[in-house]
Amino acid sequence: MTVIPAPITPVLEVEDLSIAYRDGSGERRAVHDVSFRIDPGEVVALVGESGSGKTTTAQSLIGLLAQNGRVERGSIRLNGTDIARWTDRQLDTVRGARISLVPQDPGSSLNPVKTIGSQLGEIFRIHTKLRSDEIEARVLSLLARVGLSEPALRARQYPHELSGGMRQRVLIAIAIALKPQLIIADEPTSALDVTVQKRILDLIDELRAEYGTAVLLVTHDLGVAADRADRIVVLKDGRIQEQGATGAILAAPRSPYTKQLLSDAPSFSAPPRLAAVRPPVAHVPDDIVVVDGLAREFVREAGGPPLRAVDDLSFRVRRGTTHAIVGESGSGKTTTIRSIVGFDRPTAGRIEIDGTDVSRLTGEGLRQFRRKVQLVYQNPYGSLDPRQNVLQIVTEPLANFPGFSRSDREEKARAILARVGLPEEALGRRPHALSGGQRQRVAIARALVLDPQLVVLDEAVSALDVSVQARILDLLDELQSELGLTYLFVSHDLAVVRQISDTVSVLKDGRLVDGGTVSEVFENPRSDYTRELINAIPGRKRRAAA
Amino acid sequence: MSGYLLNRVAQALFVLWAAFTISFVLLQAMPGDAILIKFQNPDLGLTAQQVAEIRASYAVDSSVLVQYARTIGKFVAGDFGYSVQAGVPVASLLAAHLPATLKLAALGFLLAAVLATAIAFLSSLAPFAWLRGALQSVPSLFISIPTFWLGIMLIQLFSFRLKLVPVINPGPWQELILPVATLAVPISAPLAQVLVRNIDEVLTRPFVAVARAKGATRLWVLWRHVAKNALLPTLTIAGVLFGELIAGAVVTETVFGLNGIGGLTERAVGSQDTAVLQAIVVLSALAFVIINLTVDLLYPVLDPRLRTKTGAVA
Repeated sequence: MTVIPAPITPVLEVEDLSIAYRDGSGERRAVHDVSFRIDPGEVVALVGESGSGKTTTAQSLIGLLAQNGRVERGSIRLNGTDIARWTDRQLDTVRGARISLVPQDPGSSLNPVKTIGSQLGEIFRIHTKLRSDEIEARVLSLLARVGLSEPALRARQYPHELSGGMRQRVLIAIAIALKPQLIIADEPTSALDVTVQKRILDLIDELRAEYGTAVLLVTHDLGVAADRADRIVVLKDGRIQEQGATGAILAAPRSPYTKQLLSDAPSFSAPPRLAAVRPPVAHVPDDIVVVDGLAREFVREAGGPPLRAVDDLSFRVRRGTTHAIVGESGSGKTTTIRSIVGFDRPTAGRIEIDGTDVSRLTGEGLRQFRRKVQLVYQNPYGSLDPRQNVLQIVTEPLANFPGFSRSDREEKARAILARVGLPEEALGRRPHALSGGQRQRVAIARALVLDPQLVVLDEAVSALDVSVQARILDLLDELQSELGLTYLFVSHDLAVVRQISDTVSVLKDGRLVDGGTVSEVFENPRSDYTRELINAIPGRKRRAAA
Repeated sequence: MSGYLLNRVAQALFVLWAAFTISFVLLQAMPGDAILIKFQNPDLGLTAQQVAEIRASYAVDSSVLVQYARTIGKFVAGDFGYSVQAGVPVASLLAAHLPATLKLAALGFLLAAVLATAIAFLSSLAPFAWLRGALQSVPSLFISIPTFWLGIMLIQLFSFRLKLVPVINPGPWQELILPVATLAVPISAPLAQVLVRNIDEVLTRPFVAVARAKGATRLWVLWRHVAKNALLPTLTIAGVLFGELIAGAVVTETVFGLNGIGGLTERAVGSQDTAVLQAIVVLSALAFVIINLTVDLLYPVLDPRLRTKTGAVA
């Protein structure tokens, strides 16, 4: 980007900022002596994993720390004026007008009972004395500017009538409405599908160039930062690890933590971690999963033709390999795996798992079948019973099948927990006392304790930080080669898919648009959609440079 | 939508029928009856023969099933039977007593809603933690006060000590002041509690942060973003609290000597006037059902998310 000469006043200058949260026992410092600056029109990325203090830092800049948070010391200078100790009343004049916010989750960031138009118009009502017809005209032109079709209709609609990407466009419209000098974008795309994510980031870029607004991009995704930022600030445990020009940091990271992040980020690391290790697949075709002409229709409540969630889907998975099912929300991937594990009955088609026709199974047969196929869910917080301890969680599946005495069950559970790398002392803990990565290890142990042959991993690493994600992927890898497991890996993250899968099916609107081995699909995509997905993987700049 | 409405109306009718049947069975199961209580009094000097004739004229000796069928038939036709004690049709008794209770209940509920809203919003705006804590403990205090005790205390304080409200011959509105306050206090408590919790919960939602980031003041956010979202779940509680309101009205009317349904109920229980009690139970159930039906139908009006299916497809 442009080199800015020294005398220019930065839009924002943070110096020795320390922030603490009050909790039951006293104060706990979450941000330690953080200093950085943002020049006019510049994009600075604040990169870190959960607990790094990146969101706390961003919140403090706009005076929106949680009730128990407090700026201990340091200064936040907006155009040279220190606003760190301003009252709410003073900050109200700055918020929205000079600094604005693009929030993380577009789903819950708009008031569900107010129209889009009134929520966008509100910022003019707060800061300007425009008449209501003038406000309405501004609202419509802004909605058009952020790329929403039929602005007049959108203005009358409620948030739930818009898709996630459209809602994020509305929130961006709110953020740019008064042409602020700085936009704080707090994980603006992490809740969106990859292709939508790319379009939203492109839009922010475009508006920045047009209005000359500086952007503070808060993200956990180094790939996103690499593509979009002029400078990167890396945070860990509330401390800056290093900061500098994007190119310099990616090419020659100085801190060990940045190096680690770079090697863990799937979008940067060299392709397949598996292919080299895995022995060539046996010549005799041994398909553990055969899906043939699968279709599932849902009756619409409002009437009309039934909704085809999955339409004529066929694929096969060889024993001992990993097959990825890739698609964005609404692509039918969840419906597909629900049919495969026997939670849902397909409208048409055949599913054979290890020689058994799943769609014909009922009652006891279905229950016995579940031993062979186990699920690991996306959310390690929601899928574990908060009232059970780790050992109880892992022994429970065994209690559903005869032939295990109490001591057998415990012994088996202990062995598998040790195998997934959980320390002995964690066995008596409840889920809330475990980290996200540990919880996912427990979920994996629970799936493996019945010695299944097929493990369905439903976005099983998507909610984890990159470094934790990398460790879990390593673990899955080891378990597969040791136990001869077959994985069905459902994901929206193509970077991860490329790393760990042997074969891929790409779904769009319930149909298979691409399929085959990973190298076939990634190097020679047959459909435009797959190409678009691959192009949307963040971190391309760096890969291109490398 | 029409399917939904039909379904809800059918449910409402079922509740009415169940209320009627259960109260009928319970009232039948009671030993003794109103006729014995009224006419067996030795002062009247009636012979056993005469009492039996009176009983026959009220048809209380026919089988339970026949009585049930006859009573339900009459109820459906709008005939609630005769009060044995007062010797007049139950319908005219109700007509005479209902207005006072309606006035009391409506005003009591209104005051409760105002009290609850005031407590909830003030506590959310309170600038100091101690004030917030104090305001938030008001509901727990309110809910633990027994209605009869509060009524007596209010009379003591406002009528006898401060002489603000006359006890003898008060005006038609003056006489309502203390009963309405007595009734409102225990009902406002759960409303306020739910409202406080909802406000706290809504305040943590991301759209509130977005509104604050627009530069909106706390008051603006509370009024324009939080209020409606927090009130929605409270509506259900309000419907359920109606039962509380009826129970409260009985005690309140007794304490303040008001001539309403509460007083009527109390006397009917004393004299085992089954016909009157039966009518009061069905009437209360009807009011309950109507209120809850209204709440259900009101939801889609207040929450746009619930009307997508019926609205035009965008």
